[in-house]
Amino acid sequence: MISLLRSIGLTFLHMFRKRETIQYPEEKIVLHPRWRGRIVLTRDPDGGERCVGCYLCAAACPVDCISLQATEDENGRRYPAFFRINFSRCIFCGYCEEACPTYAIQLTPDFEMGEYNRQNLVYEKEDLLIDSQGKYPGYNYYKVAGLAAGVKGKGEGENEEPPVDIRSLIP
Amino acid sequence: MEIAFYIAGAVAIVATLMVITRHNPVHALLYLNVSLLAHAMLFYLLGASFAALLEIIIYAGAIMVLFIFVVMLLNLGKETAEQERKWLKLKVWAGPTMLAAILFAEFLALVLSSRQSTYSPAVVSPREVAVSLFREYLIGVELAAMLLMAAVVGAAHIGRHKKLVLHRFLKEEKEREEEKQEEMVL
Amino acid sequence: MNEILKYTLMIVIILFTLTTIAAWLIWLERRMLALWQDRYGPNRAGPFGLFIVVADTIKLFFKEDWIPPFAEKAVFVFAPAIVAAAVLLSFVVVPFAPDILVADLDIGLLFFLAMSSLGVYSIVLGGWASNNKYSLLGALRGASQMISYEVFMGLSLMGVVMLSGSFRLTDIVMAQKDLWFVVTQPVAFVLFLTAGIAETHRLPFDIPEAESELVAGFHSEYSGMKFGMFFIGEYLGIILISAMVVTIFFGGWLGPFLPPVVWFTLKTFVFIVFFILLRASLPRPRYDQLMEYGWKIILPIALLNLLVTGAFTLLKN
Repeated sequence: MISLLRSIGLTFLHMFRKRETIQYPEEKIVLHPRWRGRIVLTRDPDGGERCVGCYLCAAACPVDCISLQATEDENGRRYPAFFRINFSRCIFCGYCEEACPTYAIQLTPDFEMGEYNRQNLVYEKEDLLIDSQGKYPGYNYYKVAGLAAGVKGKGEGENEEPPVDIRSLIP
Repeated sequence: MEIAFYIAGAVAIVATLMVITRHNPVHALLYLNVSLLAHAMLFYLLGASFAALLEIIIYAGAIMVLFIFVVMLLNLGKETAEQERKWLKLKVWAGPTMLAAILFAEFLALVLSSRQSTYSPAVVSPREVAVSLFREYLIGVELAAMLLMAAVVGAAHIGRHKKLVLHRFLKEEKEREEEKQEEMVL
Repeated sequence: MNEILKYTLMIVIILFTLTTIAAWLIWLERRMLALWQDRYGPNRAGPFGLFIVVADTIKLFFKEDWIPPFAEKAVFVFAPAIVAAAVLLSFVVVPFAPDILVADLDIGLLFFLAMSSLGVYSIVLGGWASNNKYSLLGALRGASQMISYEVFMGLSLMGVVMLSGSFRLTDIVMAQKDLWFVVTQPVAFVLFLTAGIAETHRLPFDIPEAESELVAGFHSEYSGMKFGMFFIGEYLGIILISAMVVTIFFGGWLGPFLPPVVWFTLKTFVFIVFFILLRASLPRPRYDQLMEYGWKIILPIALLNLLVTGAFTLLKN
């Protein structure tokens, strides 16, 4: 009986507490930078596309909402000819971001993507590509990958085999 | 007020007829309920307001609910209605109805020949009811109380749990605990 | 003629006010619950979200009024009407003020008990006619709960009747001129309040419609305005029980300075808010716990209270 009265009293005292609701359209929620929202394609510090069209994001996607076609430019650099994400299928799991070797595909803290027409939820490359480096400023894949760290030469580390001579036929 | 009396009386008669002729038991019980409400109305118009409301509280509000409760649990379907329909053939009810009609005619003749004023309400207050219950009819009240007491004791006896019935999970737990205690003793 | 016109007008005004207040109670309940749960509740439509009720009503009216093909049609349609009718009929005897009441019956208290006992039918019939196992279970629980708590409700009020010497509600109010009955009959007050919550099947005791077990209990199959009738009936029940608590234990319209109706409304609203507070704070007991609590604790206490009150009344004479 006393516990009942106590819980009634405690509930009554909640009258004077601060309200936890965020009045959404007027008052925006503060999201942290790692929040998984709208997917974007980021650029190099030089302004080039980071995406190299490796298809790893499309392979990692559990709902198969990413589709792309890789192609090469005149310098032999790969880039996606088209890059399409169907956001009506996307579950914002972030696997594509984890799979991406070049930090090109990234999830941003933005969730206000409501549309009246379902077809509008299919985002093309021009919708996805942004003029920013995203969460990894200063990172350029081609300046980092495959380069010697300046400590040891290629193939000189412990348990490391010498580099494969790609021009020889011997395995 | 006399008109109200006759209307309530007619409702009571019609509702009671419907109780007999309905095939679906719940519908029959609902008509019985209407009949009881009409009776309460009659009591009220005759000045016995206390009796009228007790009729509603006890008969319409409690006993009939229990009836419907039981009927609900019996899960009577279309077959029961069919069976009821079979029983309500002319051959079955003609005989009793004839006899009842003879009695009714006799009763009607008696009432009409008595020539007394038929409708003379005298208001009886709850206080008068109480006084008469605990003065003139004290023995009746006491006897009824004893009867009810016997009923309560009987119900308590029937509803008594003879032994503790445990859910099988709890039973296993208990057995395990007992084993543990035995081990501790050893 | 003039008398009849006056009564008709009074009935219409009371009916209109009650149904309107019952509808706004939905808003009040949601706002108060939100307040006690550190939320805002409906605050968008209109000032303080007051127009949510209009939106809700329009929605209820325009919903498809669906009768399941497996339901017992006549009874299914009939059941929701009973709850609203029974509760509204009870208001006939509630004295809002010395000159604002429909009928000053000499058996007013019994009339209230009778009408609240008829309210059980809506639950029982609604649950049975839905022809659905959850509805039936809800109906069974509702019937047993309401029948047993009616008993304690009646018994707890008899002490007050002894002290005031009348079933007439105006007499009961006038008997509290010097001292409210809540002071002389505190046990009866607690018992009546408990039984009243059970009678309106409000939240701590809402086992007939326990959402977590029975979908929506006896009104699982109801939609549209038929469901609305159950809904309004429940809120009317809250008003009724609050008004009866005020009339019987808190001196009804009696109070200094303010006009009687204002006092009555104020006191009633305190209890309505208390009902909502109970909903916000207490968990639902199990079905068998509720029945056990009723028959093994409340019934003996009510009888004891009656006995002690009787003894005191005798001694005083």
